[in-house]
Amino acid sequence: MSRREDRAGSAGPASAAVASPSANPVLRGLRPVISLRRITKVYRMGDIEVTALTGVSLDVVGGELLAVMGASGSGKSTMMNILGCLDTPSSGRYLLDGVDVRRLDESVLARVRNRKIGFVFQSFNLIPRTSAVANVEMPLAYAGVSPKERRARAMFALEEVGLADRAHHLPSELSGGQQQRAAVARAIATNPSLVLADEPTGNLDSRSTHEIMDIFARLNDAGRTVVLITHEPEVAELTRRIVRLRDGSVLSDESTAGEHLHASNMGEDTRMGAV
Amino acid sequence: MSWLENIRIALRGLNANKLRSSLTVLGILIGVGAVIILVAVGTGSSQAVQNRIKALGTNTITVLGTGRFGRGPATTGTQSRAATLTAADVSLLQDKNEAPDVLTVSPVISTSVTATNGSATSTMTVTGTTPTYTGASDFQVQAGRNLTSADITQHARVAVVGQTLISDLFSPGSNPIGSVISLGSAQVQIIGVLATKGTTGANDPNAVAIIPYTTAEDRLTGYSASFSELIVQSQSAGDINAAESEVASVLAGANHTTVSALPFRFLNEGSLLSTSQSTNQTFTVLLGAVAAISLLVGGIGIMNIMLVTVTERTREIGIRKAIGAPKSAILGQFLTEAVILSLIGGVVGVIVGVVGSHFKIIGVQPVLSWQSIVEAFGVAVAVGVFFGFYPANRAASMRPIDALRYE
Ligand SMILES: Nc1ncnc2c1ncn2[C@@H]1O[C@H](COP(=O)(O)OP(=O)(O)OP(=O)(O)O)[C@@H](O)[C@H]1O
Ligand SMILES: [Mg+2]
Repeated sequence: MSRREDRAGSAGPASAAVASPSANPVLRGLRPVISLRRITKVYRMGDIEVTALTGVSLDVVGGELLAVMGASGSGKSTMMNILGCLDTPSSGRYLLDGVDVRRLDESVLARVRNRKIGFVFQSFNLIPRTSAVANVEMPLAYAGVSPKERRARAMFALEEVGLADRAHHLPSELSGGQQQRAAVARAIATNPSLVLADEPTGNLDSRSTHEIMDIFARLNDAGRTVVLITHEPEVAELTRRIVRLRDGSVLSDESTAGEHLHASNMGEDTRMGAV
Repeated sequence: MSWLENIRIALRGLNANKLRSSLTVLGILIGVGAVIILVAVGTGSSQAVQNRIKALGTNTITVLGTGRFGRGPATTGTQSRAATLTAADVSLLQDKNEAPDVLTVSPVISTSVTATNGSATSTMTVTGTTPTYTGASDFQVQAGRNLTSADITQHARVAVVGQTLISDLFSPGSNPIGSVISLGSAQVQIIGVLATKGTTGANDPNAVAIIPYTTAEDRLTGYSASFSELIVQSQSAGDINAAESEVASVLAGANHTTVSALPFRFLNEGSLLSTSQSTNQTFTVLLGAVAAISLLVGGIGIMNIMLVTVTERTREIGIRKAIGAPKSAILGQFLTEAVILSLIGGVVGVIVGVVGSHFKIIGVQPVLSWQSIVEAFGVAVAVGVFFGFYPANRAASMRPIDALRYE
């Protein structure tokens, strides 16, 4: 808990602090889990080039709960895909646990995606015609877990997201919020140290939003690093740090008031409406 | 992820598109079945031809005397002299100094007659010959006795008859030996009965009566001083070609001509066998090749359907890769699907091929060969691996982000 105290002590109205993570006093002295160094991403479509990221630098240390905000098209998903080792930057370096991912070959990257990272997609991305529990088991299968243990761990993950009673339903038989929770269960099933979520509450009503955010809060309390993209200020306010992107670069990087996010006071919290 | 789970996933994938999977399997099935059946037909027809040649006799050369001297129309305008196989030729060939590799020479006069015994009749071939004919033609005297030299010189009215004649003219159980029957206009006494000889072609070798050639000339064909053919037996199978050239040169000498100008036709059992063997082999290989092409087409069908499947499931591939599926797992998953398709096609194709080979096809009884079954099945599976590899590799090589973005 010393980290949290440290942060609480040094946090202030940081909206003026711009772009450089090393300038963020919160992170000083801690070894980052994620380190982006002047990342650019250029999409080429025939003769047209679209620059989605124009030199993003960002450090995230272990155990952080961080929200990425920004207007549509500002490059949030592009950055998240790079963080999740799903896409590669056009230039710049991405150090994951101190290792440059560019130096990792395809099979190592697959293992990193499987063990170290849990990715929650904006569009759920559950495999159709496959039950919720089978979907959650899938990363465990690729991790080489035995079928019996796989089932037990998948059920445990579904219980954590409160979906155990829907375990054998197909994705098409689940509501949007339930699908999103199944996707979260899949992301946490292998017990990854880093959870990345791209607009996990984008399509959800406020109640489902609370449920999902509750899950992330608990994950974070359990020591996992959580990075999530959101458009909703009230969701971002529940995190401890907000990174804003504009036109492919970091506009601001600020710590929020902190301390107010706990599993116990989520749900019908009145403060949600006040923000 | 174990291969057993791979199989389960693949089966679920195939099950989701039953019609499409069945049609793809059908392609392989037809290919495998066709290879097995056509090779069996080829083998069967080749065996039939060889049995027919073997039925000609053991180590025999058949000399057919049907020609005339001179190639083309005679330039002098006079009718060219007929070259015939005569009794003199027979005694020359039997001379060990002239033809040391010849064991026996049997002249043959044959004609088709209706045999009658009381009211029973049977159409059959009468062969006028000498005692050595039965041995040379691979006949066995089952009851009674063979012809003797005395029968020949005495123009004896006796016959050694085949089983078809016995069953046509006599009631079962009765002893035909000693009975007198009519062969056309000739009355002969049965002195021997031949054992059944395997039927191999259109002609029934058991519908035969063997009588002295002298009697045949007297009673049936009239005296013409010539034979329709000579059956020459060589000392051994290895001597058959030597015997053939000796016979040819003796006959050339007797007819005052050269070997190449001889108007007789020589059917050498040994060379007939090897010629037919090689032509039949070519035939079988050709049939097999045609069938193999259909197997190839089946393989292309697998590739086609797997490409469609991979395209359809691009997003699923993206999700799997995003949650940590290694390249090998995706490759294994789709390759398994392709191989299962070809495996099912192969197994059912073998069943269809084996069952189909039990029916006569265009008059040929197919003969199954284990080799063709194993090969067709093996090739089917190999086709699945080969044509499944490209689509599976394409799936496995997709970048996760591209696969996820696929619409
Ligand atoms: N595959 C692609 N090909 C070409 N351009 C792309 C591609 N993906 C994204 N872009 C472009 O890159 C820019 C950033 O896109 P990105 O998806 O990162 O935005 P975002 O911040 O996630 O937006 P939103 O909030 O709407 O999801 C946009 O201008 C977009 O048009
Ligand atoms: Mg986005």
